[in-house]
Amino acid sequence: MAILPDGRYIDDAPYSENSNFSTAERPELDAPNWVLVWRRFKQHKLGLISGIFLLLAYLMLPIAGFIAPYTPNERHVDHLYAPPQAVHWFNDGQFIGPHVLPITATADLENFRWVYSADETKPMKLEFFCENEPYKLFGLIKAERHLFCAPYGATLFILGSDRLGRDVFSRILYGAQLSLTVGLIGITVSFIFGIFFGSIAGYFGGRIDWLIQRVIEILRSLPELPLWLALSAAVPSHWGPVAVFFIISIILGILDWPGLARAVRSKFLSLREEEYVKAAEMMGAKPARIIGRHLLPNFSSHLIASAMLSIPAMILGETALSFLGLGLRAPAVSWGVMLNDAQNLAAIEIYPWTASPMLVIILVVLAFNFLGDGLRDSLNPYES
Amino acid sequence: MTPLLEVKDLRIGFKTAEDTVENVNFSLNKGQTLAIVGESGSGKTLCCRSVLGVLPKTAQIRSGQILFTTGNTNTDLLKLNERQLREIRGDRISMIFQEPMRSLSPLHKIGHQVSEVLELHRNCSKRKVKQDVLEKFARVGFVDPERAYNAYPFEMSGGMLQRAMIAMAMIAKPDLLIADEPTTALDVTTQAQVLGLIKDLQVETGMAVILVTHDLGVVANMADQVVVMNKGKIMESGESRLVLSSPAHPYTKKLFATAPIIPETPEMTPPVAHDDLILDMHNISKTFQARSTSAWKAPVLIKALRGVDLQLQRGKTLAVVGESGSGKSTCARIALGTEKPDHGGSVKFIAEQNAEPVEVQSLDFASKCAFQKQAQMVFQDPYSSLSPRMQIRDTLTEPLDIHAIGTKSERSDRAQEVLQQVGLDGNMLRRYPHAFSGGQRQRLSIARALILNPKLLVCDEPTSALDVSVQDQILTLLEEIRDQRQLSYLFISHDLAVVARIADEVAVMRQGLVVEQAPPCTLFANPKHPYTKALIAAQPEPDIHRPIDLDLVALGAGAPGSWADAYRFDKTTIPPLTEIETGHKVRCYA
Repeated sequence: MAILPDGRYIDDAPYSENSNFSTAERPELDAPNWVLVWRRFKQHKLGLISGIFLLLAYLMLPIAGFIAPYTPNERHVDHLYAPPQAVHWFNDGQFIGPHVLPITATADLENFRWVYSADETKPMKLEFFCENEPYKLFGLIKAERHLFCAPYGATLFILGSDRLGRDVFSRILYGAQLSLTVGLIGITVSFIFGIFFGSIAGYFGGRIDWLIQRVIEILRSLPELPLWLALSAAVPSHWGPVAVFFIISIILGILDWPGLARAVRSKFLSLREEEYVKAAEMMGAKPARIIGRHLLPNFSSHLIASAMLSIPAMILGETALSFLGLGLRAPAVSWGVMLNDAQNLAAIEIYPWTASPMLVIILVVLAFNFLGDGLRDSLNPYES
Repeated sequence: MTPLLEVKDLRIGFKTAEDTVENVNFSLNKGQTLAIVGESGSGKTLCCRSVLGVLPKTAQIRSGQILFTTGNTNTDLLKLNERQLREIRGDRISMIFQEPMRSLSPLHKIGHQVSEVLELHRNCSKRKVKQDVLEKFARVGFVDPERAYNAYPFEMSGGMLQRAMIAMAMIAKPDLLIADEPTTALDVTTQAQVLGLIKDLQVETGMAVILVTHDLGVVANMADQVVVMNKGKIMESGESRLVLSSPAHPYTKKLFATAPIIPETPEMTPPVAHDDLILDMHNISKTFQARSTSAWKAPVLIKALRGVDLQLQRGKTLAVVGESGSGKSTCARIALGTEKPDHGGSVKFIAEQNAEPVEVQSLDFASKCAFQKQAQMVFQDPYSSLSPRMQIRDTLTEPLDIHAIGTKSERSDRAQEVLQQVGLDGNMLRRYPHAFSGGQRQRLSIARALILNPKLLVCDEPTSALDVSVQDQILTLLEEIRDQRQLSYLFISHDLAVVARIADEVAVMRQGLVVEQAPPCTLFANPKHPYTKALIAAQPEPDIHRPIDLDLVALGAGAPGSWADAYRFDKTTIPPLTEIETGHKVRCYA
């Protein structure tokens, strides 16, 4: 620091001009977009945890049969409406490893319900990698080994059993196979339509834009529930559960695309004004190239975030349809089908565990929302 | 005398990073103007915002004092809580921002927004408030204050909005006004008038002003004290008279050396001959349709261009200068064929001397492709002109890919070559554009335009988003490339000083018409048209002995209907472009 005689202040630290034009000013931004997005997403704790939870949930799907102790439609006629059973570690103050207590049903003829009592004197150890009812791994390979199952003479209903004596926990795992994938298929359909129509409307504008906008408005003005009902009522009742499942996901996708198409369109309109898009036009790039190389990559992260936020709507849609008995039907297992069984108010009051798929739905939907939020917050990694 | 505001040892930092602003000290007396000058990222805005406690969320003040003295009370603004600060904001210290369009709420009437300040800080009747606001509106130059009171922000131009912002900042008669780049977003003639207004109001009310700016010309016109900042540190500070006349720090010297100025005594060069044209635009008009105010009325027609003739000589630079809305950018787009002129206009592109002219406005797809190889564009905003998703190599080789030129490795080599031509290192190819500064990106943008070996480059305000010193480098680069490759430039700009340097011929545009056209030397030495005179007069020069002549600005900057008889034009009657001496055309009745 120096003060000149005329009262001026001068910084006297050595000053050198930076004349190398090639040094990066912000080297931390020198990375592909996804790396930057990931860096920022990592700091969103809730989103990260939700992401891991969902990843595990989806990884579990193909091996659900291995994890579940029972198969979905296996009935235990002696154990109708059995309450959730705990897995104990200690019996009588002594450690004997994970075990269950066998339960027996007695009919309460006064209230017309089953009352279960556990036999504390006979702790029975859980078996691991045991052979039980056959199932298909990855939907292809026949297998009989389960991660864990109840020993002979005892039952293992972690979340209780339902009206027909089926294990609720196992059914939730099997139900996830349909309920979680319905969202993915639906979103794929919705994406294809949404991106196609949205990008056409946004890029070309004019008459095409007008037409697509009006179609979207009409689709959006239709009341959703009756439409779902009508469409799914049109599915022939003799079709198998898998065919019904596909049709349901596609119906959900077809009804969902207008929202996405609008988002795509408005993003297109704003991205079109970016100078790099104009530059590409002036180089002579054709519209397909501009859309594919410049516009889509630059809002793919937006798309992924909005997909994450619309999957829950699909899952809820499937649940609602199945709950009303118009979606998937038994013997297919989905969370909505399970809840359909729990429609009876009396049943819920007396056997509340039959409604436990609801908790799982809430968990999954919340996780998708947090993940979507996290992604949305990290979408623009170039701002500091 | 205790100074009104004294900033001591201010240090500001973001999150865990090192200090962004270090040891800033300055003080300001009552009634004085202090200018904080610096380039982007110098910390000047952070400094002035910390006075009002309106820093970004992640910024923290790490140490220092900001002492504010009014009457006999002396307070440290950094120690006040939010509630006490609110008492001071708008009342004792007020602020004007850079973007008037974005600093007023679009949903509220301007009058109500201005009144709010008084309603918050003064306990007086509604009628009195309105009367005060109307008086202030009249003072800042609204012809009809009542109408301005009831107007919404979108009904007004940027300059008018900035006047409204000034009225809002001044209404509570503050002791200190902080103006953060108040005129950067405005046209140069409007800038001159707004600066004049701030100065007048300051003399009237005796308030002090902190003016944040990047423009030494503005400093020379406004400031008593100046603080030059670079990278968060003060480089030099003191009386502006001293700093401006003999800068002592090398950084200040550099700023002066690179500031573009209109030469006082321009070198005379012979007028440009028009015998070997590369681009010939003849009778270009462009009409846009805008939705009318009512759904049942026919759409409103807006004439962006009204019969423009421009000729660009091979190897020369033709600059088109004008304020926003003058039609200069439309001109550029029409020259490149991305927009079609109205019927009757023709754009001829002659690639080689004596080659068959190409009619740009009526090209089919194949010949358009060929044309695009010959004519390219350099864009204004370096931050949006490169796709953030693409590596620099992909961005540079894309034009070659589109036109299917060369193999992959040949394209890479070519990219390397142009990168070196624009002064960048070849190892940048694998990097992403966001790692680089505005100047570096503008070089990349130029490299992309050059990779097809074009003959004509249209530069649409290539330096207006850059800092002064970077602007200087880019202009030098453009000049070098032009001379090396015999390029011809159509150079669009709003800045006469930039144009003075690079152009061989200048066309001044106003409301879709060329009002004066001449080589820069003739234009600056002997401007004829009142609008050109106003533009030249309004250009702030970094020289305290050449203040802005506001009268001259006012004479030419108004609507074309207010000009002297010989120059006046309106929607229907337009004077012809008359050649008054060789190579000097003026739109007037001879």
